Amino acid sequence: MSYIVGTLINIVIVMLIFSALAGLGTYFERKVLAFMQRRLGPMVVGPYGLLQIAADGIKLFTKEDIIPQNVVAKIFRIAPVITAATAFMAAAAIPFLPDFEIFGIKVHPIISDINIAILYILGVMGVGLYGLLLGGMASANKWSLISSARAAAVFISYEVVTGLSILAPIMMVGSLSLVDFNNYQAEHGWLVFSQPVAFVLFWIAAFAETGRTPFHLIANDHEIIDGFGTEYSGMRWGLFFIGEYANMFFISFVIPLIFLGGFGDGSFLGALIFLLKVSFFFFFFLWTRAAWPDIRPDQLMWLCWKVLMPLAVINVVITGIVMM
Amino acid sequence: MSEIKMFEDRNVGEGYYKIDIDSYPTTPWEKFKRVVKRSLKGELFVGLWVVLREMIKFNIHTVQYPLEKMPIGPRYRAVHQMKRLWESGTERCIGCGLCEKICISNCIRMETRYDENQRKEVSEYSINLGRCIFCGYCAEVCPELAITHGGEYENCSEQREHFILYDDMLTPIDMVLNKQQKEFEGFGAVTPNEDARLKKTPLAY
Repeated sequence: MSYIVGTLINIVIVMLIFSALAGLGTYFERKVLAFMQRRLGPMVVGPYGLLQIAADGIKLFTKEDIIPQNVVAKIFRIAPVITAATAFMAAAAIPFLPDFEIFGIKVHPIISDINIAILYILGVMGVGLYGLLLGGMASANKWSLISSARAAAVFISYEVVTGLSILAPIMMVGSLSLVDFNNYQAEHGWLVFSQPVAFVLFWIAAFAETGRTPFHLIANDHEIIDGFGTEYSGMRWGLFFIGEYANMFFISFVIPLIFLGGFGDGSFLGALIFLLKVSFFFFFFLWTRAAWPDIRPDQLMWLCWKVLMPLAVINVVITGIVMM
Repeated sequence: MSEIKMFEDRNVGEGYYKIDIDSYPTTPWEKFKRVVKRSLKGELFVGLWVVLREMIKFNIHTVQYPLEKMPIGPRYRAVHQMKRLWESGTERCIGCGLCEKICISNCIRMETRYDENQRKEVSEYSINLGRCIFCGYCAEVCPELAITHGGEYENCSEQREHFILYDDMLTPIDMVLNKQQKEFEGFGAVTPNEDARLKKTPLAY
């Protein structure tokens, strides 16, 4: 019984924190991009524009929810929910912090330490792309349709790279649980030193997974308007947005956990450094958006299938030979 | 002939140079080599460094408009002003009606009468800013430099017809006597911060 209550509390806290962080993420993105382009970003609403998030939230919640005439209404309605829900479901297997004690209660900041955590996270995050795919196809809009086709192309490209690149570290650790990954690295040193290729490949694939700038081709504003989001308005569009930013945060947690030692031995300092690593990876998502151009869908497929996948396979083979 | 040549060669500024652009690869192997070269040359990191440098320098160029305003050039043609004579403070407008005549959008209307000294004075004068295209003909044609354009460009209104009257445009008498009236600086006048803003352009006009 206490397990159920504790888990429910965990779920609520994670939901609340990351919904708020998704909003805050948009604020950070606008500010960071603005500073990198010699602008100021949001400044008017609240001190340094901090309340811009609240203003945007009010706008999104109160805006009319338009279902256009020729869309497939059921799928059109459910698509944003898929994206947002799967993004948060993926968080279930991520240990956000080491176990700690507060007011005599032992807190496990992980909702469920399942033994197939990585498979679960990658799988559920992968399902998130169905939101974009279905939303775009149901929209009765050419731009959205192109965006759906691109989503499918991205989907079949990066998933292979993600899976194969993560295989070598899994072989070394011998477990799929992220907590085991963390403990292994606390003992044997960070995996990025023994698996640098896998680290880079997984990082690149993470950009495709979250649809961030070098691979921001599913919702490329300057090419296909907002892609799948063209016909959406109000909170349904906002759910896509929350899903995207929550995904960015969760993948920023996953990369340091798998490759950069996670929270180490579980001390307070380790947890603090872990959060710093997470912030760096989140910042890097924004940083690349200011610095790098987008690539075409065919270039992404070329990259994933002809460069990254062979590299990942070679990496797995070499790791296997070394481990024998 | 030589003069035409001079104008054809527009890239005369020093410090401009042409970038070497490699010929595009045609075979798959050449394409692959280009990708490898680009990946390993660190071009991506140059881009990352440039934007990070700008972020750290924090050299923000934003003008937070309603709170901060750029100085406006003296040649800018915004809402009109009516000037007075410096010494006596009498109105410069002699009611000749040239501005009304030349106005191509027909937005100036004026009525005149003789005052007690048998001089012409303006009894009614209005400019419809909704019609005005701010072409500057009225200020150009004025023989007395009475009507000029000011720098007041914030003239939003609730309706399309937005009339401005003589008294609104006229410099207050105490401003003239305190020598605070701003004179039109002439057609060659430059913006106050022009030196700081000026950049060399590659065109040799």
